[in-house]
Amino acid sequence: MQRIGVFVCHCGSNIAATVDVKKVVEMARMEPGVVFADDYQYMCSEAGQAKIGAAIKEHNLTGIVVCSCSPRMHETTFRSCAKRYGLNPYMVEIANIREHCSWIHKDMQEATEKAVILARAAIAKVNLNAPLQAGESRVTKRALVIGGGIAGIQTALDIADAGYEVDIVEKTPSIGGRMSQLDKTFPTLDCSACILTPKMVDAAGHEKIKIYTYSEVEKVSGFVGDFTVDIRKKARSVDATKCTGCGVCQEKCPSKKTPSEFNRGLGNRSAIYTPFAQAIPNVPVIDREACIKFKTGKCGVCEKVCQAGAIDYAQQDEIITEKYGAIVVATGFDTIKLDKYDEYAYNQSKDVITSLELERVMNAAGPTKGHLERLSDGKAPKEIVFIQCVGSRCADARGKGYCSKICCMYTAKHAMLIRDKYPDVNVTVFYIDVRTPGKNFDEFYRRAVEEYGVNYIKGQVGKVAPQPDGSLLVQAADLLDNRQIKMKADMVVLATAIEPDPSVRGIATMLTASIDTNNFLTEAHPKLRPVESPTAGVFLSGVCQGPKDIPETVAQAGAAAVKVIGLLAKDKLTTNPCTAKPDELLCNGCGNCAKVCPYGAITYEVRQINDHGIREERRLATVNNALCQGCGACTVTCPSGAMDLQGFSNRQLIAEVDAICR
Amino acid sequence: MSEKKNQAKMVQEISGANPYKCMKCGKCSATCPSYDEMDIKPHQFVSYVQRGDIEALAQSKSLWKCLSCFACVERCPRDVEPGRIIDAARQIVVRQRGGNYLKAEEIPPLVDEDLPQQLLVSAYRRYKR
Ligand SMILES: Cc1cc2nc3c(=O)[nH]c(=O)nc-3n(C[C@H](O)[C@H](O)[C@H](O)COP(=O)(O)OP(=O)(O)OC[C@H]3O[C@@H](n4cnc5c(N)ncnc54)[C@H](O)[C@@H]3O)c2cc1C
Ligand code: SF4
Ligand code: SF4
Ligand code: SF4
Ligand code: SF4
Repeated sequence: MQRIGVFVCHCGSNIAATVDVKKVVEMARMEPGVVFADDYQYMCSEAGQAKIGAAIKEHNLTGIVVCSCSPRMHETTFRSCAKRYGLNPYMVEIANIREHCSWIHKDMQEATEKAVILARAAIAKVNLNAPLQAGESRVTKRALVIGGGIAGIQTALDIADAGYEVDIVEKTPSIGGRMSQLDKTFPTLDCSACILTPKMVDAAGHEKIKIYTYSEVEKVSGFVGDFTVDIRKKARSVDATKCTGCGVCQEKCPSKKTPSEFNRGLGNRSAIYTPFAQAIPNVPVIDREACIKFKTGKCGVCEKVCQAGAIDYAQQDEIITEKYGAIVVATGFDTIKLDKYDEYAYNQSKDVITSLELERVMNAAGPTKGHLERLSDGKAPKEIVFIQCVGSRCADARGKGYCSKICCMYTAKHAMLIRDKYPDVNVTVFYIDVRTPGKNFDEFYRRAVEEYGVNYIKGQVGKVAPQPDGSLLVQAADLLDNRQIKMKADMVVLATAIEPDPSVRGIATMLTASIDTNNFLTEAHPKLRPVESPTAGVFLSGVCQGPKDIPETVAQAGAAAVKVIGLLAKDKLTTNPCTAKPDELLCNGCGNCAKVCPYGAITYEVRQINDHGIREERRLATVNNALCQGCGACTVTCPSGAMDLQGFSNRQLIAEVDAICR
Repeated sequence: MSEKKNQAKMVQEISGANPYKCMKCGKCSATCPSYDEMDIKPHQFVSYVQRGDIEALAQSKSLWKCLSCFACVERCPRDVEPGRIIDAARQIVVRQRGGNYLKAEEIPPLVDEDLPQQLLVSAYRRYKR
């Protein structure tokens, strides 16, 4: 028989204002096994914990029930308290009488009744609890970063500087991400490449960092501290150990008609290419779909001109298998497709472009050599219109429900840069709200208005209609002056919503990391654990977690690195003892449980057992405790009731239900 | 419930639109082909329903200037559908007057060369209920 202590918390007035805590104490005292019950203002405080400790000693308690807030909040607190006073931490149960009771009820009598029932259920469970021992697992002291944008680069640098090995896997031929496509960056207007390139070089030169570009993660198994990952290194068709990066091959390659991904399709590239001049590594790849040699067997020009003999048409994809203790997702974003926004004529006119395309147009290495011109006829524009929130803040099926967060600032940047370089160009920005929180951000936007004479108009654009004379008719509302505007523009720039890189869905599935309805990765806690995924050992860095600009991305990248370092610094991890355990006398080896286990924790082995004196060999389910996350899917699947979750056994759960229904 | 609230509720029921989803972006007013002839602008229809001032909508010129082209309904990013709101306000007025609906067979003789197609289409849409 257990000797149980029950501790009812007031949580200030959070609980006590709605639940009669004295009544809960009184009722708890009458439950089987309970030898002590008391209430206190703040159980989680030092004084509260001391009260629990004193009771454990004085009454020789073998189990305790704390009636308080959600176990998510304080289960660990009370478990370690119990441990300090010599009680096995798994002999502690929490009855959640705050979130599940006082916060959601108004009537004191009803709430008290419910609190009593919840306490009763927890007491019934503790009566069947058994002490559990947490196991240990080892930590591989190496981290994997998926995505080589500024987020991934910064996370990798910070982890490597702390002395741990890091691998970056980047799917394109170079690291750098979107930031490498930007011209200048708000709020200081420094050139993006000037601040990014040194970081790329640092990462490439760091002795602890290994970079796999043109590579993708193909398979992930294992668990926190001990992941095994297959990386597919796609065939570059160029031997990186021989290539000197001279660039002659790209110059001579006769296939030059493939739209450049880096320039957002505004210019072309050759079949053998490096995406941009500062690419790291500076080793080209052959796009086999565009290469004449691969398509027809003829050509081979690059092989002929390469002095280094680096061209290797026979190169094959390579699979690299590596072990990691922690994985960071930094897969970033793309802009949404605009097919559903016919009213803005993006598909009809070359002079309607996205803001990211404008970055390329403004960039000296871009398709127009940094010269602001209309892409239809190369003429200099006189009137430019910016449209904000295109596809953001939409409740309809066409767009995204969220604010993309960065566009108000980059539009102010674009507007200012244009007015600065081309003072005779008129710039009009149609906005719904100007959202510029952040250090020196609102001042930045105000400068666009006050010093650069950018014309900001509150009201969305209804439609953009290409005119026979090549101009664009913009029809918009000016809500503050209550008028409809019809104006001619030479160029229209759309502040297009951003969305997570589409490949993140597959990555999340491989990692069993959760994503929200917008495909952004979910944090373990939106406020208190913003850089961790709920899946242990998986961390989040950059825009893959939610829209953010570079300063925020870099800050978050550093935070993710700290979490990784904290993990890798440990030699061993304690494992959760609440894992599944099959009863070998009941298991008939049907194999159903392994099929439902999302973590691949169950295997089958043939073992000798002694079934009431009969010795025989049977095929039995076996659970790998290090892999099992205690989700319980197997326990409800098992047709013979052989699978049980330690700490949450079928008997315990039924006892709780019985106690509730009593 | 007050008469004001009642009418506002009726507008919401008939239109199926939720005025509280509006973020005042003005895309409806930017889109509207009859904007210049309206005294109350499309994005304002929504505010009038929020305030329960259906009377003012019923008295407005806009009630009869809206073509029911539904461009605003199509483009509203928040699915508020202001065109349906003004449609519903019109329904209430028409009902109060005692339905003077045209029958389909009465229409062909009324059609003349100069009548814009848009008007015909919207007239059918308006009176089909
Ligand atoms: C038009 C525009 C202008 C901007 N201007 C500014 C500015 O002036 N100032 C500012 O602070 N911010 C600006 N930003 C925001 C800035 O671009 C982002 O904050 C920043 O790029 C986020 O970095 P990231 O590493 O999270 O994502 P990304 O830059 O998107 O990097 C992600 C990387 O991961 C790779 N990747 C994706 N999926 C996989 C996969 N499955 N496997 C392997 N690799 C993968 C991608 O190829 C990419 O290299 C602007 C954004 C836009 C769109
Ligand atoms: S020609 Fe040869 S060495 Fe030069 S960039 Fe091309 S592959 Fe590299
Ligand atoms: S940041 Fe500005 S432009 Fe971008 S979605 Fe938000 S409000 Fe609209
Ligand atoms: S489902 Fe049950 S009976 Fe079947 S193998 Fe798993 S534990 Fe054994
Ligand atoms: S378009 Fe929709 S959200 Fe925008 S102002 Fe009009 S009704 Fe409101």
